[in-house]
Amino acid sequence: MLKYLIKRVLWMIPMLIGISLISFFIMHLAPGDITSNEAAFNPKASEESRQKLREMYNLDKPVIVQYGLWLKRMVTLDFGKSFASHQKPVFWQTADNDGNVTKGLIQEALPITLMINLLGLAITLILAIPLGIIAARKYLGWQDRSITLFNFIGFSIPGFWLSLLLMYWLGVVNNWFPISGLHSLNYESLDSWGKLKDSLSHLFLPVVIPSITGLAGITLFVKNGMLDVLQQDYITTARAKGLNKHKVVYTHALRNALLPLITIIGLSIPGLIGGSVIAETIFAIPGMGKLFYDAVLMRDFPVVMGILTIGSALTLVGNLLADVAYAWADPRVRRGVARD
Amino acid sequence: MWLLACGESPNSHQSAASIDNINYPIESGGALINAMTGEPSGLISMIAGESASSAISSNIFNSLLKYDKNLELEGDLVTNWQISADQKTIIFKLKPNLKWADNQPLTSADVLFTWQAVTDEKTASPYASDFQLVKKAETPDPLTFSVTYNQAYAPALDSWASLQILPKHLLQGKNLHTTAFVRNPVGSHYYKLDSWAHGENLKLSRNANSVLGQAKIDKLITRIIPDNSAQFLELMADNIDLMGLDPIKYSRIIPAHPELQQKLALYKELGNSYTYMGFNLKHKPFDDIRVRHAINYAIDKQEIIDGVYLGLGINIASPYKPGTRWSNPELTPYPYNPAKAKALLKQAGFVDTDGDGIVEQDGKPFAFEIVTNQNKEREKSAVLIQRRLKDVGIDVKIRAIEWASFISRFIKTGDFDVVVLGWGLGLDPDQYNIWHSSQQAPGQFNFIGYNNPTIDKLLEQGRLELNPDKRMKIYHEFARVLLEDSPIVYLSAGYGLTAINKRVKGIDDPAPPAGIGHNSHDWYIPTPLRRNEISAN
Repeated sequence: MLKYLIKRVLWMIPMLIGISLISFFIMHLAPGDITSNEAAFNPKASEESRQKLREMYNLDKPVIVQYGLWLKRMVTLDFGKSFASHQKPVFWQTADNDGNVTKGLIQEALPITLMINLLGLAITLILAIPLGIIAARKYLGWQDRSITLFNFIGFSIPGFWLSLLLMYWLGVVNNWFPISGLHSLNYESLDSWGKLKDSLSHLFLPVVIPSITGLAGITLFVKNGMLDVLQQDYITTARAKGLNKHKVVYTHALRNALLPLITIIGLSIPGLIGGSVIAETIFAIPGMGKLFYDAVLMRDFPVVMGILTIGSALTLVGNLLADVAYAWADPRVRRGVARD
Repeated sequence: MWLLACGESPNSHQSAASIDNINYPIESGGALINAMTGEPSGLISMIAGESASSAISSNIFNSLLKYDKNLELEGDLVTNWQISADQKTIIFKLKPNLKWADNQPLTSADVLFTWQAVTDEKTASPYASDFQLVKKAETPDPLTFSVTYNQAYAPALDSWASLQILPKHLLQGKNLHTTAFVRNPVGSHYYKLDSWAHGENLKLSRNANSVLGQAKIDKLITRIIPDNSAQFLELMADNIDLMGLDPIKYSRIIPAHPELQQKLALYKELGNSYTYMGFNLKHKPFDDIRVRHAINYAIDKQEIIDGVYLGLGINIASPYKPGTRWSNPELTPYPYNPAKAKALLKQAGFVDTDGDGIVEQDGKPFAFEIVTNQNKEREKSAVLIQRRLKDVGIDVKIRAIEWASFISRFIKTGDFDVVVLGWGLGLDPDQYNIWHSSQQAPGQFNFIGYNNPTIDKLLEQGRLELNPDKRMKIYHEFARVLLEDSPIVYLSAGYGLTAINKRVKGIDDPAPPAGIGHNSHDWYIPTPLRRNEISAN
C-alpha cells in the first residue's frame, strides 16, 4: 500500500510539469497580452510605454524562454506577481523593506470561495442523501416522483436568473437579506455575534442557490446506488433472516450505496477552489472564479498560471484521495490494490 | 423587466414626495455610497491607467491645473500660470501654505519629483510621452515650478491638469510599480483613504488639510459590485446612492415605477466619447472618397440613436464634445440619403449588373466585414448599418470579438476592412495620435491609415499654438476638413446617464459641459435624510 502511494505521488511531478507546459502554451495562443487591454487603447498612451511594460514582464521573449523563467520560479514555489493588480503577489503575502505587507491574490480569494463551496457541498449532501434514500425506498411512488420533479426543476433553472429573482424578492421587496457583498458597511463596528450574523446573512443566497441547483446530480446518484444495492442477494438474505426494515436499509444497504459518493466528493475537491464566475459577479463576491476570469480577460499570465497550477495539483491530489478513501471503505478494492 | 414589474417596493417609506419641495439648509456631514463595477489596481493613476483608479484617486490627489464647469482651465494647486513669449516655457505659481494630509508641506519639490517619477526610465507610465517632451524642469523657489519645452507644445497645459502630484517625502527612492503607497496613499485633495477592503469597498473620509477647503459630505464609500443588475437592485433597496444607468433603465424602467421616481433623481450629460465606423483606407475601395461619402449617406444615424440608445444620444459632425469651444458649430452631419448614396456608388463604378441586389465593380461584388469588439451597443449599431447598406447594394457581414484578440488580430495588424469602435477623448483638442499620417505603425492609433497633408499641417499647427482663441480656429478648420474627407462615419455620441438618490442635494441640473460631478464637493445630504447605520459608526 505504502509503495503504491509513493509511486502515485512521484507520478504527479511529471504530470504537473506536463499540465503546466500545455497550459502555458495554450494561454499564449490567445492573442494579446497585458498591454492590449481596453484601458491601454487610449490615444494618450504611447506604444513606447507599452513596449516598456512588455520588456518589464519579459513578454518580448519567446514563449519557451518565458516558460523556463516561470518554471525556475515555480521550483522555489514562487508564483510571481500579478501584472494587472499593481504587482500584487499571486499566491501568498510578501513584505517590503518598510514592513508593509501585501496580501496575495489567491490568499485573499481562496478562503472566501472555499468557505462558500464547502458550505454549499455540506448543504447539498445533507439534503441529497435523505432525498435519494426516500426516492429509492418509495421508488415510482409519489414521493419519488415529486423529488425527481423538484430536482429537475432546480437543475434546469438558470442559477443567475434564480439569484436575481431571489435578490429582488428577499433583498428589495422584503429587506430580509442583503443583496450583494460579503459584509455590511458597518461590519467593523459590530460585536462578534453581530459579525457572525452579518456574515451568515450575506452568505445565505450565494450558498443556498448553487446547492439547490446542484442537488439533482447527487440525489440521483444516491437513489440509483440505493436501488442497485436493494436488489442485491445479500439484502434479500438479510430480509429473509427477518432483520427489521430499518436495519436492512440503513446498516446494510446504505453503506454500500454511498460508496460511489466517495468518488464524486474526491472529484469535487478541485472544484472547491474554483468559484463560479456568474455567481461571484452577481453577488459581488471577490472569489476565485472572478479572479481567474478577470485574469484571463486582462491576459494576466502569472495569475492564470498560478490558479491553473494549484487547480491541477489539487485535481491530482483529489483523485489520489478518492482512490485511497475507496480502498479504505471497500475491502474488495483494497485487496485489488494490494495485489498490484 | 419582468423582475421589476412584480410588485411595489414597500420599503420606500421615506416621505419622498416631500423631499422635492422642502428647502433643506446646506450642511456638512453624512456619507455618500457609490458603486463601481471594477476595482482599481492601485491609486497612483498614472501607473494604473484604468478609469476605476482615477475615479478614486481624483478625490485624493490634486493636479497643478483643473477644468472648471465650462471645461476651461483654472488653477488647482496653482494660483496662476504664465506662458513665455516664445510659448516654450510655462511658469506655475503654487498656492501658499499647501499641506499633505499627513501635515507635511506641499511644495514645488513635490511637483518636480512627480515629473521626474513619471519620466523615469524605470517607470512604465502609459501617459509619460507628454512629459518626456519637457526639456528642463526647475524649482527656483518652493512656490514656483517652471517647465521648458523644445518647442511650443499646446497639449502641455492639459497634461498638467491630468498629472496628479505625489508626495516626495513618502515616495522618494521607491519603485512606483511595487510600492505599498498605491494601496495606502497620502494626498492633498478633499478626501483621504480610510480603508480598502479588497474586492468589497473603499472608504474615504474628509481630509482636514484639503488644499481647496472642505467638502460638505463627510464620507465617500465606494462599493465594488461587478454586476449591473445587482447594482440596480442595491439602488432600489436604497443601499447605494448613485449609479450610472443604461438607456433602458433611464427611459423605461425607472419612469414606469413611481416608487423609484420618488426617491431617485435622473441626470444626463454628454460624455467625452463617440462611436464611429472607420474604414481601412489602405484597402480598396475605401480609398475612394465617393465610396466613403456613399456609405456615410446610406447610414441612418438617427435610427442608430433611437434604436440603440433609445434616443439618448446625439448626432455629431466633429470629434469634439458639442457645446465646448473646440466643437465647430457650423458643421452638420451627413443626412440620411440613400438615393445620393446609390448615385455616388454608381459614379465610383459600382453597378448591380447581375441583378442579385448587390452592386459590383469590374464583376466583383461589393462586400466587406465590419469587425467590432463584444460591446452590445456597437454590435447593435453594426446590425442597423448592415441593413441600411444592403438597401444600397452593399453586402456586409459582422464579426464581434473579445477585446484583446480584436486588438491583436485586427487592429495591430491592420487586417480589417471596416471597424465599429469608439473614441474616448481627453479635454485637450489635440488628436495628433489619431489622425496624423506619422502615427500608423503597429500599436499606434491611426490604424485606419489616414493620410491627408492638410490635416497633418493643421494638427502640427494646433500643437504649437497655446492661445486658446487662435487654437480654436485651427481645430474648427481641422474638423471641417475631416468631415468633408469622411475617413470615418460618426455614428453617435451617447449621453452619460446617472441616477442619484434625492437625499443628495446641491447637484447642478441641467448638467454644465463638465458634467454633474464638477461640484461634487458641494453636494450635501441634509441630516433628516441621512442613513442611520452609516452615521452611527
